[in-house]
Amino acid sequence: MAVQKTSLDLTLKIWRQAGPDAAGRFETHEAKGIPDSASFLEMLDIVNERIITEGGDPVAFDHDCREGICGMCSLVINGMPHGPNRGVTTCQLHMRSFRSGDTIWIEPFRANAFPVIRDLAVDRRAFDRIVQAGGYVSVRTGSAPEANGLPVPKQDADAAFTAAACIGCGACVAACKNASAMLFVSAKVTHLNLLPQGKPEAQKRALSMVRAMDAEGFGNCTNQYECEAVCPKSISADYIRKLNRDYRNSSLADIAG
Amino acid sequence: MFSDSEAEARITDSRRRSDTPPDGAPSGPLASKWTRHKDTSKLISPANRRKYTIIVVGSGLAGAAAAATLSEQGYNVKCFCYQDSPRRAHSIAAQGGINAAKNYHNDGDSVHRLFYETIKGGDFRAREANVHRLAEVSALIIDQCVAQGVPFAREYGGLLANRSFGGTQVSRTFYAAGQTGQQLLLGAYQALSKEISNGGVKMYSRTEMLDLVTVDGHAKGVVVRDMVTGKISSHAGDAVLLCTGGYGNVFYLSTNAKGCNVTATWRAHKRGAYFANPCYTQIHPTCIPVSGAYQSKLTLMSESLRNDGRCWVPKRKEDCGKPPASIAEEDRDYYLERKYPSFGNLAPRDIASRAAKEQCDDGRGVGPGGLGVYLDFADSIKRLGRKAIEERYGNLFQMYEQITGENAYEQPMRIFPAVHYTMGGLWVDYNLMSNIPGLHVLGEANFSDHGANRLGASALMQGLADGYFVIPATLPNYLATQKPGAVSERDADFKRVEAEVNERTSKLLSINGKRSADSFHRELGLLIWDKCGMARTKEGLTEALRKIPALREEFWSNLRVPGSGDQFNPQLELAGRVADFLEFGELLCNDALQREESCGGHFRSEYQDEGEARRDDDQFSYVAAWEYTGDLSRPKLHKEWLEYQEVHFSTRSYR
Repeated sequence: MAVQKTSLDLTLKIWRQAGPDAAGRFETHEAKGIPDSASFLEMLDIVNERIITEGGDPVAFDHDCREGICGMCSLVINGMPHGPNRGVTTCQLHMRSFRSGDTIWIEPFRANAFPVIRDLAVDRRAFDRIVQAGGYVSVRTGSAPEANGLPVPKQDADAAFTAAACIGCGACVAACKNASAMLFVSAKVTHLNLLPQGKPEAQKRALSMVRAMDAEGFGNCTNQYECEAVCPKSISADYIRKLNRDYRNSSLADIAG
Repeated sequence: MFSDSEAEARITDSRRRSDTPPDGAPSGPLASKWTRHKDTSKLISPANRRKYTIIVVGSGLAGAAAAATLSEQGYNVKCFCYQDSPRRAHSIAAQGGINAAKNYHNDGDSVHRLFYETIKGGDFRAREANVHRLAEVSALIIDQCVAQGVPFAREYGGLLANRSFGGTQVSRTFYAAGQTGQQLLLGAYQALSKEISNGGVKMYSRTEMLDLVTVDGHAKGVVVRDMVTGKISSHAGDAVLLCTGGYGNVFYLSTNAKGCNVTATWRAHKRGAYFANPCYTQIHPTCIPVSGAYQSKLTLMSESLRNDGRCWVPKRKEDCGKPPASIAEEDRDYYLERKYPSFGNLAPRDIASRAAKEQCDDGRGVGPGGLGVYLDFADSIKRLGRKAIEERYGNLFQMYEQITGENAYEQPMRIFPAVHYTMGGLWVDYNLMSNIPGLHVLGEANFSDHGANRLGASALMQGLADGYFVIPATLPNYLATQKPGAVSERDADFKRVEAEVNERTSKLLSINGKRSADSFHRELGLLIWDKCGMARTKEGLTEALRKIPALREEFWSNLRVPGSGDQFNPQLELAGRVADFLEFGELLCNDALQREESCGGHFRSEYQDEGEARRDDDQFSYVAAWEYTGDLSRPKLHKEWLEYQEVHFSTRSYR
């Protein structure tokens, strides 16, 4: 098995920002001899290691599982949240996707609802607060019926699973010119509202999660589908249509009392 | 049914007296212990529950499930996690599934069978009563998760689907494609979110526990650092629950998330909690091999792949460099099928990992450095069609291609064992309480139920069992002895620990040496992997025990942590965690050194029969519970001798 051992020389333009209220700027770093089988975050590790050894200030960025599932890593790479490849997170992006001599622009996920903490790390707790507004089934531990007591058609279960694959990273917000969180909200509403277990609270869920989203300062959806294009889990923008329908029905029901 | 040779060697030696606290399980028949325990456990009345504050550290399956459930019951809960959201805890990365004794396949499964297989899978080094309880509550977990809207895989009739997993001969594993951990964690996270919204749980994300506070010998709070502002503060409560996961990152390279660390449990250990069986570490057989020195973590390929993939290496060394497709069928060694005909590719993890190492040691490994074996799906694709394989493992194949640039539908995967899970952890009794009253430990953080080796799909089961069903029933046994709200953050004990934490943080920042925390971590990891990894020897361990203190000394004199303490500073967080790994690593090696036998994930090369582990029940059928003495190189060993009521020791054979 021939394993290519090539390395890249890159110019990095990295966003540096000391805190939420500080002014930010791009800082240039030359990253030489980066192995092409390293991941993008391993490339940043190598850069940081050099900065530390030279007595400088390393770049702060969020990451954790480094296998594309926790949703902690972010980064806008050359203008694209999670970089140039479809259906992957930044931590799964590998340097073989770049060429030696490339200049790479690295920025945080930008949105009013995601304030910068430092450099490339942002605060995404707004997503947690949206889930707290209704992204759950109100079932108390211990009160559940026998699991097979309620059959769920396979196509519904599969569709709910596909929507539930969202990792809550916020790339959809970072890609949207309106910084809308509709893809995130619609995925959760679709997951739960499709299942019989989620039906009793379906209307209330759609209404209160959308209201929470608005209150957090996320923008409106204007059907550009940038969110779908950058989603590392390829969540479909069709869910937004479904959410709009659920929201309209819930609003009417709400007005009608 | 089992191929065990029933070589009974029941221990009757009355001289073996345990010197750990009593395990607290009720006497009487095994199968009714848990019911009897619940019936006689103390209760806190609903009106009084809100007077108690419970501190939950960690928001993975165990932590989120416990925090949500205790809040539902009316307690005040404070929950802490180091990630930016509780939804990101590393339980999320578990792929394959969760076991439950539902017997939906009518294939002979039962609570007893799950119990027995877990004890046997753990190589007879787990506590019988705890494991039986785990098997009993397993079915309730599935009910609970389904009710929460966890989208498990289903059959065409609309009922839940199952698959089999290593170490078992029944189909009892529930799954959601290769994202079971994610879906279960989101279920628990949503339950937690519901309780945050109801006001029962106050959530502190990006907040790291840096020490445990004891008052009159009882765990009454924690000192934490706000990772955004750097502020160090105390939180007082009536009980502390550590749900902080395992210590696999002591090896640097593991399948754990980068942030996973031993700090919470290690700090508790240094405050008096016994650390049990640290040498029981699980090396997972199916991970993507290392590709270079810059490597920051290893990626697991779910064990469920072994349902349809066949492990092989070339029979001849000279074939190892050839493209796999060019190696004829008769020139391939399907070593697991050859060595373990009755379990084949579904041999348990420890056995499959060692078998892979054996082939590579024999010079028949494939890929860079000869550190890999093939996991081949060609036969299954031929039999079931590519679509069926895609449906079962699509996301895993995709992940594999992202990392390696290779298409596993067209050529076999290359895999190699990697550190994945740690069976050891803080010692707990039947109530999940450590030897420090009030300090409870759940999930992977405790030494618990897996003995010397954990079976696949049992970690999710244990984390959720502890969080949803065990601790809500057992915690009142402690709380009922305590006057609620008796301590406050203003007390001298809190101020003292806070000052110590501040001092340690300042020290890390002031060394101003030349090396990064990461470089020390890598060096420690390589040493531990080399001397205390898949095979251990007295000589190697002794060498590691000599080198670790020296490395620790260099750390404290040559570390460089840029930035300050009052800012978001990932390097400072890392330095604190590496400092603790540098201490913990020594205990790990000490434990491996004293256990002069091979069992489960602990393989001492001196104790084997032609590659098969040689257990020594006479000498070593105990839990090794270590006490911190103030001298890192001289921990004190306490022994809890395992007494089996129903199970008889037998040689664990999967042949």
